[in-house]
Amino acid sequence: MKKSSEELKALKKKGRIMKSKRERLTTFVMQAPLTIWTVLFVLAPFCLLAFMSFMTKGPLGIIQYTPTLANYKEIFNPVYADVIEQSLVIAGWTTALTILLGYPLANFIAKVKSKTASLLTILLMLPLWVSGLVVLYSFVIILNNSGLINTFLQNIGVLSEPLQLLYNNFAIIVGMIYMFLPFAVLPMYSSIEKLDRGLIEASKDLGAGPIKTFFNVTLPLTSPGIFAAIILTFIPCIGYYMVTDMLGGGTSLMIGNLIYRQFTISRDWPFGAALSMVLALIIFLMVVIYTKLGGDLDDLGA
Amino acid sequence: MSKAIVSMMNVDKIYGENHVVKNMNMNIAEGEFLTLLGPSGCGKTTTLRMISGFELPSSGTIKVQGERVEKKEPYQRDVNTVFQNYALFPNMNVYDNIAYGLKVKKVPKAELHERVMEALKMVQLEGFEKRRITQMSGGQKQRVAIARAIINRPKVLLLDEPLGALDLKLRKQMQIELKRLQKKLGITFVYVTHDQEEALTMSDRIAIINQGRIEQLATPREIYENPKTRFVAGFIGEINLLESMVLSVDGDTAVVGTEVGKATVKIDPKKKIKATDGVAVSIRPENMKFSKKPVEGFSIKGVVKEKIFVGNLIKMMVDLNDGTEIKINRFDTSDLAEDGELVYLYWDLDKGVVIKEKNLVDTDSVRDIEGGDPDEEE
Amino acid sequence: MKRKRVLSIIQKIYVVLLFVFFYAPVAVMIVFSFNTSKANVVWQGFTTRWYGELMSDSELWEIFGMTILIAILTTIFATLIGTMGAIGFKKEKRKWAKLITNSVYFPIIIPEIVLAVSLFMIFNTTGVALGVLAIVIGNTTICLPYVYITVKSRLVGMDPSIEEASLDLGADRIYTLFHITIPQILPGILSGAFMAFSLALDELIITSFLADAGTTTLPMKVYSSMKKGISPEINALTTIIFSVSAAGVIIYLVADVIKSHKKLFRRHHS
Repeated sequence: MKKSSEELKALKKKGRIMKSKRERLTTFVMQAPLTIWTVLFVLAPFCLLAFMSFMTKGPLGIIQYTPTLANYKEIFNPVYADVIEQSLVIAGWTTALTILLGYPLANFIAKVKSKTASLLTILLMLPLWVSGLVVLYSFVIILNNSGLINTFLQNIGVLSEPLQLLYNNFAIIVGMIYMFLPFAVLPMYSSIEKLDRGLIEASKDLGAGPIKTFFNVTLPLTSPGIFAAIILTFIPCIGYYMVTDMLGGGTSLMIGNLIYRQFTISRDWPFGAALSMVLALIIFLMVVIYTKLGGDLDDLGA
Repeated sequence: MSKAIVSMMNVDKIYGENHVVKNMNMNIAEGEFLTLLGPSGCGKTTTLRMISGFELPSSGTIKVQGERVEKKEPYQRDVNTVFQNYALFPNMNVYDNIAYGLKVKKVPKAELHERVMEALKMVQLEGFEKRRITQMSGGQKQRVAIARAIINRPKVLLLDEPLGALDLKLRKQMQIELKRLQKKLGITFVYVTHDQEEALTMSDRIAIINQGRIEQLATPREIYENPKTRFVAGFIGEINLLESMVLSVDGDTAVVGTEVGKATVKIDPKKKIKATDGVAVSIRPENMKFSKKPVEGFSIKGVVKEKIFVGNLIKMMVDLNDGTEIKINRFDTSDLAEDGELVYLYWDLDKGVVIKEKNLVDTDSVRDIEGGDPDEEE
Repeated sequence: MKRKRVLSIIQKIYVVLLFVFFYAPVAVMIVFSFNTSKANVVWQGFTTRWYGELMSDSELWEIFGMTILIAILTTIFATLIGTMGAIGFKKEKRKWAKLITNSVYFPIIIPEIVLAVSLFMIFNTTGVALGVLAIVIGNTTICLPYVYITVKSRLVGMDPSIEEASLDLGADRIYTLFHITIPQILPGILSGAFMAFSLALDELIITSFLADAGTTTLPMKVYSSMKKGISPEINALTTIIFSVSAAGVIIYLVADVIKSHKKLFRRHHS
């Protein structure tokens, strides 16, 4: 009753792990909602976005279904190229500063007792749970020409004229850091916490000073956390048009603002779609690099 | 011969490219303690999991009490499992863990309580019912796991290396307790382990599994004294294996030749051994003898390499010409050979077991027990 | 050793300064909810008037109610679908499943605005009416990955033989799901739900793209009134919300401290 090699080959070809009918049914029922949802509201819209980016804008914003590359060419128009450059610059600065400011904090949280650590993370997130926008608006009160900082500095006689703190890139970056630093601290904190203390001890033991140890051991080993933090700052930063609106006062435009305008003021969906595609591609590239470097997508959501 | 309570017929299990269980045939008798023994990755756990229903065979038939179950869900099979890592429900206390199976079956409260208490008593955990699982030691968790599995009064209890996580002393104690429990309950135990000593102490029969195949299924004594394959001979206890060729056959004895000399062995006529067959002769160290003068029928000689005294046991190593090292265990301190001395090796005829491979066990194990019909396939 | 102590003091000062940076705007928000000036950019004087007006501002309460409604619906959908999906795809190895499980992450890796315009366009071209339903769909889409990830990480940490033990003892898959699996992953489900709720509460980009003329949420209201200066009334409302969440956190922390003390106590006595 031994099976012939053909029979065995057929069994191997079937290959998948066998499951009972009922198990397959329950698995199907559990998978169906997420699958349907993802297809309808993630994949389909994104395909439409890609499709739309190659269409032509007709008069009055009516879309003409004739394929064109014009929308992508339009992006290289200096006006828009400037916006993209500016977005990348602002997002770049924000990200760099967020990491620099956040890393020591993450390091501190990783070193204290776990009870204190969870208290600190809760305290860090608390202002943003409420309403980021309202809290952000406080910066207008703090930074404007007759705001808290200027009034204070003028009262103690440091300044005679108010300092322009609001409605410039400085204000935008401060606001962005405020919004995204808490999210950037979390992945860095978890990667520092996972770090094997023994390695640091070993490095010190081998005669490396704290600075050398940091650059040779700690930094490379916590780089996945840092990269996750970069992604978590850079992505929302580049598309989050409210901060630019509120604290930039319309002086600077980010890609996010530009896209927003295509769908509200200019009614140019194809161009907006093309801009979105470019934005998505930039981010997508970053995420691919992140995963290739060994990063875990799950760390972007916790 | 007793009735088969579990039988496996032509069972194969394939994961992708891995053929984990190969054409397995096995009948497990009612009330017996059967151990699946083998090195890790040999397919023993997969075999157990196919009986419990956590894995479905790629092909073949599995019957429990004569009923085909190979496609049924675990909860539709009248078998229960004790898991390697206990797998207790961490969100429930001891009582609720044990009561789980009865609660699922909606057993009336009074009866449920009585049976849980009985099970607790059976595993000597009275008074622990309110404890949380996290407050229990490894041995106690194991008892809870056993109580939880036997409360459903299954026909067969499957145990997957249940003592693997315990320390040696506790393990010995639990071995005895498990064996006692099995006798008391009278249910069939199918026990998976990679610990040969455990298997030899507890089992009525042992199935030695290697690379997805049953190499031999027999009583511990039979397996020890009469291994059927080189693997079995080498896996259970210490052994001397002499690779040799049959030179001549004379009734129930044969002369075999090795690279370093000849020997006489007893053969089983059923094995149809003939001249020029390649065989292995296995001799347990305690059955290997030596003499300073040649012995009739034997011409294998070697040099004594070293002697180790282990209590009242003397372990002796003898080097043969071809580099093989022969182990001899002796309890008798008289007539010892000196290191470097030339000795002739021999053994009592019935202690040298001839292994001729390719007469693997496939159908052997089915034959002993009625009830399994290997021809019935889907 | 001395250098080490100096370093640690510097570090503590740094952390305190960062928290000052984080809480200064919150403090300003709270203080300015008591400001007499309606324009609410400079401080004029103390009043509790805005809290009173807030109480009788039916429009603002309606907006608040709408925001809560959307957040609750979003939380229910995202938690249900995300949890089921995480369980369903746990052991899945087929190729098509990879496409789905990777796409689940899409909404958190692409900028919100890209998702917002994509949904906006697909609803427009397929004729789905914008409004509460569309907003809930959009919010659910962006909250789903968070629930999926937190539940998934709980599932990964769970011993698979526990579920097997339940099946083995005669419980079918549904019974096992409700009595064994869900209690095990409940912390993950709850934190996912909590995340979804707080995200949905504060969501602006997707919401404003998918809202119809009649639907306004709190973030939308804040954003639109920003140009004129956010009225102290909104500060007052946000202050109330903040106080409630802060109180929640404090209660949680106190309960935690009490619990761990009890545990210690029990350990001493057993």
